[in-house]
Amino acid sequence: MITHEEICSVHSMTEAEKYRVLEQVMDDYDRKENNLIQILHMAQAIFGYLPAEVQSFIAEKMDIPNSKVNSVLTFYSFFSTKPKGKYTVGICLGTACYVRGGKDVVNKLKEVLGCDVGETTDDKIFSLQVMRCIGACGLAPAMTINDKVYKQVNPNKLHRILGMLK
Amino acid sequence: MSLVTLSINDKTIQAEEGTTIFEAAKQNNILIPHFCYLENVHQMGSCRICVVEVDGARNLMASCVTEVREGMVVHTNTSKVRKVRKVLYELILSDHPKNCLGCHRNQNCELQDLGEQIQIDGFRFEGVKSKDIVDSTSASIVRDSSKCILCRRCVTVCNEIQGVGVMNAHHRGFATFIGPSEDESLGHSICTNCGQCIVVCPVGALKEKDSTQLVWDALLDKSKTVIVQTAPAVRVALGEKFGFEPGTLVTGKMATSLRELGFNYVFDTNFAADLTILEEGSEFLKRVTETFTTAEPAVLPMITSCSPGWIKYVEHQYPNHLGHLSSCKSPHMMLGALIKTYFAEKINIDPKDIFVVSVMPCTAKKFEITRPEMESNGVRDVDAVLTTRELARMIKDAGIDFAQLPDSEFDSPLGLSSGAADIFGTTGGVMEAAIRTVYELVTGRELPMEALHVQPLVGLKQVKTADLKIENPVEAYSFLDGVTVKVAVTSGLKGASKLMEEIRLGTSPYHFIEVMGCPGGCISGGGQPRPVDDSVRMKRMQAIYREDEGKQLRKSHQNKDVMALYKDFLGHPLGHLSHELLHTTYVKRDKN
Repeated sequence: MITHEEICSVHSMTEAEKYRVLEQVMDDYDRKENNLIQILHMAQAIFGYLPAEVQSFIAEKMDIPNSKVNSVLTFYSFFSTKPKGKYTVGICLGTACYVRGGKDVVNKLKEVLGCDVGETTDDKIFSLQVMRCIGACGLAPAMTINDKVYKQVNPNKLHRILGMLK
Repeated sequence: MSLVTLSINDKTIQAEEGTTIFEAAKQNNILIPHFCYLENVHQMGSCRICVVEVDGARNLMASCVTEVREGMVVHTNTSKVRKVRKVLYELILSDHPKNCLGCHRNQNCELQDLGEQIQIDGFRFEGVKSKDIVDSTSASIVRDSSKCILCRRCVTVCNEIQGVGVMNAHHRGFATFIGPSEDESLGHSICTNCGQCIVVCPVGALKEKDSTQLVWDALLDKSKTVIVQTAPAVRVALGEKFGFEPGTLVTGKMATSLRELGFNYVFDTNFAADLTILEEGSEFLKRVTETFTTAEPAVLPMITSCSPGWIKYVEHQYPNHLGHLSSCKSPHMMLGALIKTYFAEKINIDPKDIFVVSVMPCTAKKFEITRPEMESNGVRDVDAVLTTRELARMIKDAGIDFAQLPDSEFDSPLGLSSGAADIFGTTGGVMEAAIRTVYELVTGRELPMEALHVQPLVGLKQVKTADLKIENPVEAYSFLDGVTVKVAVTSGLKGASKLMEEIRLGTSPYHFIEVMGCPGGCISGGGQPRPVDDSVRMKRMQAIYREDEGKQLRKSHQNKDVMALYKDFLGHPLGHLSHELLHTTYVKRDKN
């Protein structure tokens, strides 16, 4: 069984060690196709993103076609096939956040960061992501940076929030 | 199974429990307009065109996935249903290029047919367009994603029926596209080139890689001797493209049309099918003899190798079990090699000036001819493969009135074939043909079965098996006295994977296995006319058996021209020249 400590220490692991952890994850999930989404979640936690090599590794070890792995992970916006920046900025565009101005926040972020949704800034500091309802409707429009949630954001607040990070 | 009583359009009807509304309606002559539905293959309600009103239900229901219930009241033709159906159709069209006049599926397109059926007159929506990607990296299949309407029939066929899983949906919304994973192209994937996706595609998103231009160029090149050969399954399906009923035999018209197109010689792949039986049958007997009489048993079961989709599948999925495959090339490759050696010598023409065209029910053959192994003395064995559909297009393009053509015969000496060769086109046929010959070689007696048919191997069942007990063999095979030879036959790659798993686990009880890559065998190969369902398969299969039974010559080893070929040229089965020209090797490929 994979331990919490192992997942938390992936950043200091070699590639080979990461693959070993991923294999342990797949064993924990019995290598069942039904558990593919959970396995992809863990794989993204280990590698930071899901490049083609990781996809093929999962496909081969689970004995399912590459195409199926790719099909599942490209369907969900949470998964990324490109490396993420140091900070992942997520804007919720669920109904509540949308009607309270989430879209304006996205547009302003695109302008400030100079990258599109789903992309990462050239300096690899920020990735921009749109999410569909994160269950924080009372805080609308909500924004997340890595695991931290920011409430009632508006375009004017962005410079200050991002500035604190850089 | 209990019966359920319900009402559809105020008619009280009964249907078996578990039947869908769509099927129940169809059984009662109510045809609900539908689109992504494909009998026995694809019922997932992705297009929603077949929606109906059900009393008490909040929303319209997709009839292809909703099962009948006791007391259900269904309406298929209310104004609400009609309106929604049209909107759904227009929404599908909003993401379609609508360039029908320039599309190869014009007038042979299920999307057009549906529009006509539900009386579309103009379209109101213009949507964001799907990605416009044309993938022509495969030797067999071309995918044009701009025409794809995301019905997912190809996904179902590739994953559920064939068990290959190269076709899947990626991304979502307008960004959705169908294909191998986003970093891969068909030509560099585990695609087996079986072409079953093409057969079920309702629109022009999937088609075979065109070879007609290549063939026209050869036909019009005066320096080339252009020689054509036709596979057994072509003659039972080609007529469908000219208005004949499925299962109409058009062997004679086909030969005439090929001459009218300008081919210099019209040969028959069936000749090489008889030859295959002698080579493959001998190979099987050699393996059996080694196993029963020496300390070093040969690899058994032996598996047939006529189907190039199956070959690529096994190379990807079971690379450590390639020794089970017969080393025989597929029949048309054998004939190509012979045309460019034996026949070239006979007519005194440099093989480099000969252009060999194979007309096949198959798209995987287009890939097969590109394999590096498929050449003899530095000359490619076959230069172009046309599908049955492509040949029909050429005949139409040339202005040949196919239906009115008189019959003619194949040319000699590579045109004569036995009934055993005819049945190569259907699942079970190669095995039956082999048994007719091998049984006689081993026992010295004719196969003691009615009309020479091995009945358990006939039909569309996914896996078929038969036991043959050998009694009183000739002296050379006395070690087989009392032995029960076990054979299995499967068609469609999912069935093949079941038999391969037994082999992998070491539990396979069989000595000899026939695999055809497409469900039903070559009669419903990826290059055959559309539409194909089980009733069409059965009609084509019956036509194949009619062709067989109509011949005096029913056994491959009695084909006098094949025997003459051995006497004059090859020597004997599995001899040195056979090894060089008629046998091949396989390669291990990656699983992903």
